[in-house]
Amino acid sequence: MNFDLTEERQMLQDSLRRFLRDKYDTATRNKILESDTGFSADIWNGLAELGVIGALFTEDQGGFGGAGFDIAVVFEELGRAGVVEPFLDTAVLGGGLIADLGNDDQKAHVEEIIGGALQVAFAHGEPASRYDTNRVTTTAKVDGDNVVLNGRKAVVVNAENADMLVVSARESGDAGDEDGISLFLVPADAKGITLQGYALLAGGRAAEITLDDVTVPSSARLGEAGKAFKAIEARVAAANVAICAETLGAMETACRLTRDYLMTRKQFGKPIGTFQALAHRMSDLLIEMEQARSAVIVAAGHLEAGYKSRESHVSAAKNLLGRAGRLVAEDSIQMHGGIAMTQEYELAHIAKRIIMSDHRFGDTDHHLERYIAIAAA
Amino acid sequence: MDLSYSDEEKAFRAEVRAFLEEKLPKEMSDKIRKGEELGKAGQEEWHAILNKQGWLAPNWPQKFGGAEWNAVQRHIFEEEAAAHYAPRIVPFGLSMLAPVLQKFGSQEQNDYWLPRILSGEDWWCQGYSEPGAGSDLASLKTEAVLNEEGTHYIVNGQKTWTTLGQHANMIFCLVRTDKAVKQQEGISFLLIDMDTPGVEVRPIILLDGTHEVNEVWFTDCKVPVENLVGEENKGWTYAKYLLTHERTNIAGVGFSQAGLTAVKRIARAEMAGGKPLMENPHFAARVARVEIDLLAMSTTNLRIVSKAAAGAAPGVESSMLKVKGTIIRQEINDLARRAAGAYAMPFASEAIEGSNLALPDPLNAGPVAAQYFNNRKLSIFGGSNEIQRQIIAKTTMGGGA
Repeated sequence: MNFDLTEERQMLQDSLRRFLRDKYDTATRNKILESDTGFSADIWNGLAELGVIGALFTEDQGGFGGAGFDIAVVFEELGRAGVVEPFLDTAVLGGGLIADLGNDDQKAHVEEIIGGALQVAFAHGEPASRYDTNRVTTTAKVDGDNVVLNGRKAVVVNAENADMLVVSARESGDAGDEDGISLFLVPADAKGITLQGYALLAGGRAAEITLDDVTVPSSARLGEAGKAFKAIEARVAAANVAICAETLGAMETACRLTRDYLMTRKQFGKPIGTFQALAHRMSDLLIEMEQARSAVIVAAGHLEAGYKSRESHVSAAKNLLGRAGRLVAEDSIQMHGGIAMTQEYELAHIAKRIIMSDHRFGDTDHHLERYIAIAAA
Repeated sequence: MDLSYSDEEKAFRAEVRAFLEEKLPKEMSDKIRKGEELGKAGQEEWHAILNKQGWLAPNWPQKFGGAEWNAVQRHIFEEEAAAHYAPRIVPFGLSMLAPVLQKFGSQEQNDYWLPRILSGEDWWCQGYSEPGAGSDLASLKTEAVLNEEGTHYIVNGQKTWTTLGQHANMIFCLVRTDKAVKQQEGISFLLIDMDTPGVEVRPIILLDGTHEVNEVWFTDCKVPVENLVGEENKGWTYAKYLLTHERTNIAGVGFSQAGLTAVKRIARAEMAGGKPLMENPHFAARVARVEIDLLAMSTTNLRIVSKAAAGAAPGVESSMLKVKGTIIRQEINDLARRAAGAYAMPFASEAIEGSNLALPDPLNAGPVAAQYFNNRKLSIFGGSNEIQRQIIAKTTMGGGA
């Protein structure tokens, strides 16, 4: 057993942490939050140059990482700094699906993604799908050499900034069937696409997408017709590892801020951390932090494992991080008191990142049920 | 033991219901239901409607123009008001300052200030907390020094977390008037006109984007001595009296009931696995658990309310209700954001009136995540839950804790 990072990953972690510490302070981040685009091109390009996007793809795909541990290292640092730029959407999800399923022409986009030049969004969730990855009602109808897409996609993160959309649509079967789902690589400015964009509570932006007779050539399909579900599931698993690691990083920051505050804030003539009621709660948070760290390590380490092992460990981590994250976010705010309720204080944004991570690709309960179902299968 | 309301109480509930159905403007209750900001004008409009009915000051004695309801009647009103999505009554003048004036203020002060509270002429805010004096309120530093002529106090210092201070023209403050004595014995209760030169209000934006609280700064503010309430250096006693009033309805039963109804509505609209989320046994269990807690807590509340109606002063039970009541309300906020799924993610906020119109909200859920974050304040303000637990421990363990 060896729980140390490899030399390459250690270097990646160090350089990423340094970059974000120098360039992504609270004031800068708050400005990004309020911007129209919801992200900073400078930060994006800087991180691309640093190799952060490349680390999320395998060597075969043109990157130099792509494993669960690479994803975990990158996203823990992004989470620690409360980064809102859409690495998850462009690289892990959109870019990942293109890399996994695309033909040579389509795969050419991966190089642009790694270089930071191309933005992608994964248009998959629908108004009635909640966290079910198989519930797709958007339709794809073949029309000669073309395919016509119709439907509605919900809360598509990074849709407005995206050059390309990876759109899921059903070619056969019923709403909940795993079989029959295809993916299409659609230019964001294709005729028939309407975006209704908005800011997100924890930073970044998303949009509701309406697809109204969007016509693309058959060559826009990623992989085989109706057979995209397995790839979607694998990428959602990778996304959940990323989200868990990001949440872990954010929890680290929340705990650091809280511990510092308990040691400096004085009431009744002494630091409030000397009051046992608070000291013990802080200790509980630190215990849960270790639980969370282990859950992330185990999930990351099983991302390349077989289906059942992978899904079971990923759901375990998402369930645990949902519980531990809520505890850390809520108790950090509570132990700070009013100051943590203010927008300009670092913890406010960090707490929002932690809590809202429970709303992407399955919450605590969803993954508990999934964990049980996988064990029973 | 009789768990049902008396005929008089039932008739009172019917009267409250009829009033709300007739007089509560629909656009107002729609806003409250959707979690939108009512604004100063809307709030004043609701106060005026209640005042016309004679119900604006439920807890005031009739001789001051109040309804003089007993605790059970007040509870019934609060329950019905929440169920009808009526705006809350802004409490600072009506239920926080007025009881202190009525008990400790002069005849002149009561004659002057109370009618202005009812009419809405004055909007009051509370100047208690300071950056260095939160849970340890008695360590407050804002000082008031009497001038040589003995006509004015000169006030210097800073208050914070001043709720709706941006709407207020008056602030009641705890100020230090004697630094030589024990902290609690050198504090006075002072009324300050916010238009006085040297008063500055600076907004604090909360984590959900709302402007609810403020910093209030005082630089050499001249405050007439007539604005001292009661005796100099007795302010701590008055403040403690006021805090017992701040803690009535601290359980927030009505809010929780309305919140739980909203959770169920959202969970019936949200689909999971092709069925309404409310039919998911796991989610249903979460809802049931908090509903069971709420049923018990609202009964605890009624037990205490009945005792209070019979004239007993609420003691440690207020602290218990504050802790349990806020835990339940926050749990309901958590369920609401959970229920909304991915649609909890958009930055819906109460911050700007009408700002949520462009947002997708197929569940008609409103700003559930913003409310979840905003209501973290419930366990912090009005004496944090840690302070409440300390009060319970001290009281029940005879000072041994």
